Amino acid sequence: MSGFRVWGLVPAWVLMLATLMVPLLIVAAVSVAERGAYGGFAWDFNPLSYREILFSEDWDGNLAFDAKYLAIIGRTLLLAGATTLICMALSLPVAYVIATRPPKTKALLIYLVTLPFWVSMIVRVYAWLIILGNEGFVGRFWQWIGGEGTLLFTPGAMLVGMVYSYIPLMVLPVFAAIEKLDPALLEAGADLYASRWTTARRVILPLTWPGLAAGAVLVFVPALGTVLEPMLLGGGKQMTMGTLIQTQFGGARNWPFGAAVALVLMAMVVLVLMVNARRAMRREART
Amino acid sequence: MSAPHNVRHYPGAGLVTWVFFLWLYAPIVVVVWFSFNENRLVSVWTGFSTRWYEAALSNKALLEALRVSLVVAVTATLVATLVALSAAMVLSRNETMRFRRLSETVVNLPLLLPEIVVAVASLILFSQLGFSNGMARLIVAHSAFCTPFAFLPIRARLQGMSRDYEEAAKDLYAAPFTAFRRVTLPLILPGVFAGAMLAFVISMDDFITSNLLATGGTTTLPVYIFGLIKQGTTPELNAISTLLILASLIIATFALVLSARSMRRG
Repeated sequence: MSGFRVWGLVPAWVLMLATLMVPLLIVAAVSVAERGAYGGFAWDFNPLSYREILFSEDWDGNLAFDAKYLAIIGRTLLLAGATTLICMALSLPVAYVIATRPPKTKALLIYLVTLPFWVSMIVRVYAWLIILGNEGFVGRFWQWIGGEGTLLFTPGAMLVGMVYSYIPLMVLPVFAAIEKLDPALLEAGADLYASRWTTARRVILPLTWPGLAAGAVLVFVPALGTVLEPMLLGGGKQMTMGTLIQTQFGGARNWPFGAAVALVLMAMVVLVLMVNARRAMRREART
Repeated sequence: MSAPHNVRHYPGAGLVTWVFFLWLYAPIVVVVWFSFNENRLVSVWTGFSTRWYEAALSNKALLEALRVSLVVAVTATLVATLVALSAAMVLSRNETMRFRRLSETVVNLPLLLPEIVVAVASLILFSQLGFSNGMARLIVAHSAFCTPFAFLPIRARLQGMSRDYEEAAKDLYAAPFTAFRRVTLPLILPGVFAGAMLAFVISMDDFITSNLLATGGTTTLPVYIFGLIKQGTTPELNAISTLLILASLIIATFALVLSARSMRRG
């Protein structure tokens, strides 16, 4: 297999270079290019797009600070962060209960957690559209208890959809971490008169932390770039970075600006991955 | 002072878990339930009927979208699985190779980057190159983001497999490719199938990339469904969704069973 030693990697490198790495460099170039007169862009160096994220220009060419896009970035971070926190809080008890079942039940429950994840994303988001709508179960219940307006097209609706979309990515690593817990440690806690909650806080939580952190990255990164939930459950009124990029390219509106927002999104993701890699390295160094 | 208690039990956690599973499956049940609703309105139940399935199955545009999705997914799965298999063979048989970690990161790159950014990047590249064949654009892009999903199960299977068989074949003067075809490949086949199935499901499911890269006439199923949702919900949409749910559950079960088996035997 000596000849194969390197050549086997060539297809993978070529595919990724051609579809990811080179295109990303082009995106970086386009983000500092001139906006085309009829959509698209022209190859003139002009970092205006980045300025446009913070400032808007009026007809006389005066610049004024404009928080419009900062608000979209903030909303994206807030939604992704809230999704991650809710997934963390929810997956701890669920993973704990699953991990304490007998092996057969355990395998079945884990299978049941992953199963909905394989159902088409658009079908899963659409299902929430029906449920939360004015004629859906939850929508009708909301009106029955005297809730005002519709549940759809709110940040809450988007949040439900996002937690639903990404929760298996949190449950699995948290489950793996809890399963590795030594029951003797929990019993030691009880023998030393720690209450359940003290044991949870002082023993289980610190030992499960690596799983929670891994899950947090797995949920937070795709949540930052999510597109379907804001478009369908947010009704397009609640823009996020994903939908902002989408609209800039969808109608050939302002490619350099769309590219600039895409790069800001990517910088945020790279930052998260770097912090995560450092954390993992430090943990490896300790053991 | 607290009484001795069962440390494996937390009050309330069981209830949370029950509600969690209810919440996890409620949307799927609701869609399937209303797909059999006779009424035009999605959520007013008036009686059992399969007429929306008939409507869905005779919908020309839907069948065309399904055809596009299948052509793209099958081709992309083939490409991704071959690329992944080839990369996994190299990476699992040369532990000391230069750029091994880098190559591994490169194969998994689509998992690390937000899909919308990758989609936009391919869109710009393709339009710069004047590459305007919608089907070909979709196949190339899908092949790339499906590769890590095919790679991971194959890689796991290769790592779990003893190398003795391969070495025995070589000692018996089997040519490298013969050893691969007659010994290695049959042993890692469950992993290859699991990887291919994951790649297929990921491709069939994709909305973001397909929506940006498709040109007229190459609407994929999720993009078509998105268009239907925008027009307003109908029971036909529920019937289509139910068929999709059924298909994904069958494929996912198959893939999960295969990858579980390939892990266990290793």
